[in-house]
Amino acid sequence: MSEQPLIHARGLVKRFGDFTAVDGIDVQVRAGEAFGFLGPNGAGKSSTMRMIGCVSLPTAGELSILGMDPARDGTRIRARLGVCPQLDNLDPDLSVRENLTTYARYFGIPRAEARRRADELLEFVRLSDRAGSMVEPLSGGMKRRLTIARAMVNDPDIVLLDEPTTGLDPQARHLLWERLFQLKRRGTTLVLTTHYMDEAEQLCDRLVVMDAGRIVAEGSPRSLIETHCTPEVVELRFGDDRPADLAGKLEGVGERVDQLADRLLVYAADGDAAAAEVHRRGVTPSSVLVRRASLEDVFLQLTGRTLVD
Amino acid sequence: MSTLTSPITPRSTLAVLERALTLYRRLWRASAFSSFLLPVMFLASIGLGVGGHIGTVDGVEYLSWIVPGVLVSTAFQMAIGECTYPVFGDFRWVRAYPAMSATPVQVADMVAGWLLYILIRALLAVLVFLGVTWLFGALHSPWALLTPLVCALVTLATAAPTMAFAAGIHHDGYFALLFRFVLIPSTLFAGVFFPVDQLPAAARPLAYLSPLWHGVELSRAATLGAAPPWPIAAHTAYLLAFTAAGVAWAVHAFRKRLQD
Repeated sequence: MSEQPLIHARGLVKRFGDFTAVDGIDVQVRAGEAFGFLGPNGAGKSSTMRMIGCVSLPTAGELSILGMDPARDGTRIRARLGVCPQLDNLDPDLSVRENLTTYARYFGIPRAEARRRADELLEFVRLSDRAGSMVEPLSGGMKRRLTIARAMVNDPDIVLLDEPTTGLDPQARHLLWERLFQLKRRGTTLVLTTHYMDEAEQLCDRLVVMDAGRIVAEGSPRSLIETHCTPEVVELRFGDDRPADLAGKLEGVGERVDQLADRLLVYAADGDAAAAEVHRRGVTPSSVLVRRASLEDVFLQLTGRTLVD
Repeated sequence: MSTLTSPITPRSTLAVLERALTLYRRLWRASAFSSFLLPVMFLASIGLGVGGHIGTVDGVEYLSWIVPGVLVSTAFQMAIGECTYPVFGDFRWVRAYPAMSATPVQVADMVAGWLLYILIRALLAVLVFLGVTWLFGALHSPWALLTPLVCALVTLATAAPTMAFAAGIHHDGYFALLFRFVLIPSTLFAGVFFPVDQLPAAARPLAYLSPLWHGVELSRAATLGAAPPWPIAAHTAYLLAFTAAGVAWAVHAFRKRLQD
């Protein structure tokens, strides 16, 4: 793994007027990795993706993609990237297949080859039976799969996915994750942004947690949880009659207690033991849930805020 | 800044044109029919109906006098029509340009590809129109064969700045300004239906500003086999300069819209 990283950023900054969207981040993505940017809306994930996609130039800092400089070699870099943007930008008046063949032509792929790849990719994203259909009547999940197929049409070295499953229903999300997982198994380098911790846990080998334009933590999902959180979390809910001075009563239970608007979180190595201790102290929540710690908890620990408002 | 140095890659430009033609393939029948029907109705109504009352203009029967003007005006209107909502929509609703900008296609290719498409569309309409007017016996000189060339120039001179305008606005309501203050006045006052000489002297320079007027005079000179009011080279140079400035503005506006 000593080879050059596919994406290398150091002190990367993006400003829009007075607003700093990306505030000096360092990122290295290696070949074959699935790398994630996790953070709430406005954390700077999409601005970072646009710079990596060479559609927006950095304000300051170093950025190198596939060993090239986006400011000088933007066209050559883009030729080797596949981009699945946050907002679908399929051609609604073209058929499903035409959306792929037309896009393939932007990469200079010959017509016959474009048709061959389109059929192959439609097979891959399970849309072969809709090849001749217009885009408009497709469901959100199908459109997203078509956008991913389109991003693959130039056989890219890196696929960029900006919020790939935002706005999709659970079933469509799982089908999409399954397809992305297949891509990953083929060795395609994936770079994605998400504000869903379960998505990051499912897909990413490694991720950075972003907040307000900065990277606040970095590692594999598991190592982030191990480093920044206890193995288990107890969620206590109280309904309308939340007792006063909860924090005082629960002091010393588990390793740490966080009070949120709608619930109380107790971080502990052993969740069941912590829940028993809560009861022993005479606190009677309306519901108690013991679960494994997630990236959501990591984010809360690091920033004091929840990931999805 | 570097707007004029933005490189065009023939391969990418043709890919942009190919998308436009693929889209057009779905509605070409309807548009081909209207591009045939419109001039026929126009010539019947204005040329024969109104012309029957007017008689002659500058010693030419009215039908033959307006045909070259309406011909160029067809290209002019198509250029504006196809470069307003379709271009705005490809930024705002379809987001085809943002999609292209993630590929090797560059801003100059987007502009050039769409201009080529408009050129093809306008030339098809102009050729149909020319055929119809020839049947009406309204062409009086073999120089009429050069009118498609004039129409091509007017199309580019009109389409390029219109694309720039469409790329620069963030609400489609602004098109009303373009229609009311450019499209309609140009069509009415740029020499299509009556000689610009009949305008008050103070208003004439406004007509001279419009690329339509220069095209109309060149076209009329060709179909009637007479000399245009300005030297042919002057009319042509004006249209070429208008096109060059329009293309530079369009490339600049596209780049501004797509970056950040």
